[in-house]
Amino acid sequence: MASSLSVSNIVAGYGAVRVLDDVSLSVGAGETVALLGTNGNGKSTLMKSIMGMVRPTSGSITAIIDGTRYELVGRSTEEIVDLGIGFVPEGRRLFPKLTVTENLLLGAFRPTARSAIAKNLDFCFETFPRLQERAKQLAGSMSGGEQQMLALARALMSAPRILLIDEPSVGLAPLLVQRTIDKIKELKDGFNLTVLMAEQNFTQAVRIADRGYVIVHGKIAFTGDSAEALNNNDLIREFYLGA
Amino acid sequence: MASLVAKDAEREAPRGLGHVAFILVMVAVAAVVFMITRSIGNSYAFFAAYVVVQYMVLGTAWNILGGYTGYVNFGVTAFFAIGAYSTVVLHKLTPWMPLPAMILIGGVMAALVGLGTGYLTLRLRGVFFSIATLALAVVVQTLITNWDFVGGARGAYVMRPRIAPLIGGDYIQYLFLVMLGLCVIALATARAIERSALGYGFAAIRDDEAAAEASGVPTLGLKLIATALSGGFMGMAGAPLPYYVTYLDPSSGFSLNYAVNAIAMPLIGGTSSWLGPIVGAILVGGLQEYIRVTISSAVNVLVAGVLMVAFVILAPQGIVGLFQRKKR
Repeated sequence: MASSLSVSNIVAGYGAVRVLDDVSLSVGAGETVALLGTNGNGKSTLMKSIMGMVRPTSGSITAIIDGTRYELVGRSTEEIVDLGIGFVPEGRRLFPKLTVTENLLLGAFRPTARSAIAKNLDFCFETFPRLQERAKQLAGSMSGGEQQMLALARALMSAPRILLIDEPSVGLAPLLVQRTIDKIKELKDGFNLTVLMAEQNFTQAVRIADRGYVIVHGKIAFTGDSAEALNNNDLIREFYLGA
Repeated sequence: MASLVAKDAEREAPRGLGHVAFILVMVAVAAVVFMITRSIGNSYAFFAAYVVVQYMVLGTAWNILGGYTGYVNFGVTAFFAIGAYSTVVLHKLTPWMPLPAMILIGGVMAALVGLGTGYLTLRLRGVFFSIATLALAVVVQTLITNWDFVGGARGAYVMRPRIAPLIGGDYIQYLFLVMLGLCVIALATARAIERSALGYGFAAIRDDEAAAEASGVPTLGLKLIATALSGGFMGMAGAPLPYYVTYLDPSSGFSLNYAVNAIAMPLIGGTSSWLGPIVGAILVGGLQEYIRVTISSAVNVLVAGVLMVAFVILAPQGIVGLFQRKKR
């Protein structure tokens, strides 16, 4: 069934600093939506607001998961994960001193995810054979690309319906960025996920995105209803690509 | 939790004994230790051995929070003394109460304080949490120093019975036996945590708390479990103290020795495993007792301090870490 996400008029920040100013966006069922913007424009803060890690001061965030509507503001992060929203944080944020398997098991800590843990673990190993080879290796000792795969796999362990990915390209070589983005597309198609991906790497993100938003100084500066609209846009050239 | 543990057991080779077998082995070891101590036929042996076992419990308790989740608690004496003073109160109000019941109550009191402290301070991360626990020790000491019912600054006398119940002989034998039992419980708990989803959750918090939160690990809840368990065992370790010393005043109940030793022993033994605090307590506690009778009781803390510095530099993973097989 369909799962979608909608953010309306969110205002959020840290202490006196306002980072997001009246931001609204939506991710429709089965869509891949890119959230584009350079550093310091509020991409991560928006992701964290959706995940309940930053409390918005006003606005609402609703998710429809398998047909049921949930208001996310006010819920704790673990509840939100439990509802079926997975999160791959910026910079991967693995548990470097735990093994690959332990990292994956921690992705399924919540009771609902735990009931299907064996199935999901097999599935993650099937999708990322490389991780199975390294099952007992410490996560911190793997290469950047492998770590990014593990971060994706860990988020999948909670069997999410909606997946939020914050800057999958950070710290990766160009070839690996391309592979990671391809993998995200493959996962999205394979599991019928709804994906919201924050990314700086415009060209790579637009490759798999159905639609996109450009965020500038905490406001949505441009809404692109198709990948072409994003590609052929003066505003993007000016604000984003600096051309 | 059960399903996670079961799956894990299937996937990996069985790791040593099951929980029940482990407890049986530990009880057997405790029984042998008790018989050996008794065969020495000298009550000093009991007094010395009691201190070492008390530190095993205290070190294990500290390690549940400090070693597994990485939250360093400097306020050990607060929890330890809450257990001890709870016994002072119970001794005055209900002198007929058996010691294990007093220990349980002391432990519950300390666990509740741990839970409360955790709730108020665990939003603080890293060093800020440690400073808050230091403040807790000062607050609790001030409260008890000004509480007349438990003797205030003058201290309280707690006369121990002459004869030990159940086993006969000197009462210190009974105190030692009870502390051994407590040690078995503390170790079995610590080991069970290491092998459960709870243990993975703690390790995730230690490794990267923000990531744990992002993956849906209920970090606050887990940290509260850790502070309550850790505080509870510290309180239980302190509960028999009034009967051991027979005179308890704030400056001895809140002695820096307890805090330094409770932190030094797991660090020296190794914080990653239940075995660490035991090895540390035997080494440091044994050495301290030896030096107390051969040189002077004043160099005790120096021993812990010097060893701690040496280990932090030379073997940061502790003694257990030196022997653990390195993961690829």
